[in-house]
Amino acid sequence: MGVVTAKRGVDRRGASPPGRATPPPPLPWRAKLRRDWPLLVMNLPMLALVTVFWWLPALGNVIAFQDYNPFTGGILGSPVIGFTNFALLFQDAQFLRALLNTLSITAFQLVFYFPVPIMLALLLNSIVSARLRAFVQGVVYLPFFFSWVLVVAIFQQMFGGAGLVAQILRDNGREAIDWMTNSDTFLLLITSQTIWKDAGWGAIIFLAALSTIDPNLYEAAAVDGARRWRRMWHITLPGLRPVIVLLLILRLGDALNVGFEQFMLQRSAVGSEASEVFDTFVYWSGLRTGDLGYGAAAGLFKGLVGLLLILAANRVAHALGERGVYSRS
Amino acid sequence: MTALTSGDQRRKTRRTRPRRSPAGLAPWEERPSPAGRLGKGTLLTLIVLIVLGPLYTIVLTSLSSSETVNRVGGLVLVPDGITFEAYRQIFSDTVVSRAVLVSTLVTLAGTAVSTAVSVLGAYSLSRTGSFLHRPLLFSILLMFVFFPGIIPVYLMVSGLGLKDTYWSLILPTAVSAFNVVVLRSFFMNVPGEILDSARIDGAGEFRILFRIVLPMSKAVTAVVAMFYAVGYWNAWFNAMLYIDDTRKWPLALILRQYVVDSNPLPSATAGVTGDAPPTLAIKMAIVVIAVIPALILYPFVQRHFTKGVIVGAIKG
Repeated sequence: MGVVTAKRGVDRRGASPPGRATPPPPLPWRAKLRRDWPLLVMNLPMLALVTVFWWLPALGNVIAFQDYNPFTGGILGSPVIGFTNFALLFQDAQFLRALLNTLSITAFQLVFYFPVPIMLALLLNSIVSARLRAFVQGVVYLPFFFSWVLVVAIFQQMFGGAGLVAQILRDNGREAIDWMTNSDTFLLLITSQTIWKDAGWGAIIFLAALSTIDPNLYEAAAVDGARRWRRMWHITLPGLRPVIVLLLILRLGDALNVGFEQFMLQRSAVGSEASEVFDTFVYWSGLRTGDLGYGAAAGLFKGLVGLLLILAANRVAHALGERGVYSRS
Repeated sequence: MTALTSGDQRRKTRRTRPRRSPAGLAPWEERPSPAGRLGKGTLLTLIVLIVLGPLYTIVLTSLSSSETVNRVGGLVLVPDGITFEAYRQIFSDTVVSRAVLVSTLVTLAGTAVSTAVSVLGAYSLSRTGSFLHRPLLFSILLMFVFFPGIIPVYLMVSGLGLKDTYWSLILPTAVSAFNVVVLRSFFMNVPGEILDSARIDGAGEFRILFRIVLPMSKAVTAVVAMFYAVGYWNAWFNAMLYIDDTRKWPLALILRQYVVDSNPLPSATAGVTGDAPPTLAIKMAIVVIAVIPALILYPFVQRHFTKGVIVGAIKG
């Protein structure tokens, strides 16, 4: 969602917005500064926050190239060891496991989560009664506003060892399974959690795309004898195609991001073998064991590969004739 | 068929929906078959149950007496007497009520800070061609594609001495690039003639923002504020990283410790949540308390957000 809006923001930069006078010839920077200093003052609080909590930490990643010790040396005094931390990462079985887990979670969710909001949007769109549709929409959007702690707590009460499902199974004389601690079904568990929490909200963007399809197309097709399913195949799906392609590419560009709190919260219950992903690895290797430089190297690796993937995904989007996250200006 | 699906035609034609018949169907639409209607109805009922069912039994359990919970042996599905005992116990205990207070204050303060900073920042970025416009915009947009990493941010926060202060729950996540860009794109839609005439009348940028632009963007500003509020209320990770002092814990940490992990609460002074393992009714009451703000804010967000922000974004 964010990116779609970002695109809008960037696109406006080149062309002057409608209704505004054509820009006068460029002013010298002194005159500009004299005119625009109130804008800079307004920008200052945001700039300060972004500098302190984004730019400086981004530069602070130099500790990834150091044998960093906050007590003896700090950033300036710690010995520089080049790419040693990165080389060590690739000999670390736990890091490779985190990499593998992250990629398999992304792949699994592409197949089993990604289509759900699309199907949900089609279902919601097909509800004839406007009041019923508003009600169902209101219900399915709701869990998006719950925190992951809450979602995990709710799932635990439903599927945990003492949860509702186990309770019903036991009442009927069957053996109960604790899904919350079972590492074999962990992929299934987190995907159901993601569907429960996010699928409804994810459907919004497809509903918005559906609302831009011209209804006259449906009428014309119906007059030509196309029935419900044919109309969906030949009008609805082509109408959704740009959004689907865009979101798919974005998801691929975001392949290393599978969420963080969801895994942090369930790591102790399921074990690190199944639940270790990139971000949890950074947290445990850096902050828990105290090797900050090593953890920062893992974090920087993720950040840079993620950046490359997004840029590549955007290239692909442009090549396919979509607008992508941002346009070249 | 190819002509039907061509993008050009789609864009040229007007997007007015023809008046539907009272049943909601267009005259040319075929009546759905009974089997199809039944199938769709079942599916929708199932979806609604999957979302609301857990909430129903959680609320019911939190309102049940401990005898009822013990008799059922878990979550309560059929109401059998309503009691507010669990809530009374929670609020007679200092640990949980303090956490509720902390979460509330952090949410209020954080939302105020974030919204103010974002509105000012977004307006300053809404004027193309102003002094340093491009680099300033770029520094915000870069936040979309790169995250500096958990550890450098952690070192920054502890280096500033913010650990174990409430500021550590607010400042590191105070600016959301997404919200700033949403605000900015709405501010840019304010007609330039209005702004120009205000400028000719001698209004400064601050006056233009607070007297003209902001009143015209009330809905989107409110939605952004709500998003910040929900984010602060739900935040768990920042608190886990930065707050070691258990007396300063927000509700999310209590929820993890007490409800998810079933550990006794730390430094409990007296009362039910002391050393005894948590009872199910009390656990569920804490869950309900954690859900309530989302439920209150939610209808508002839904009404304005779905109409305005997303549709505007995708059409733009």
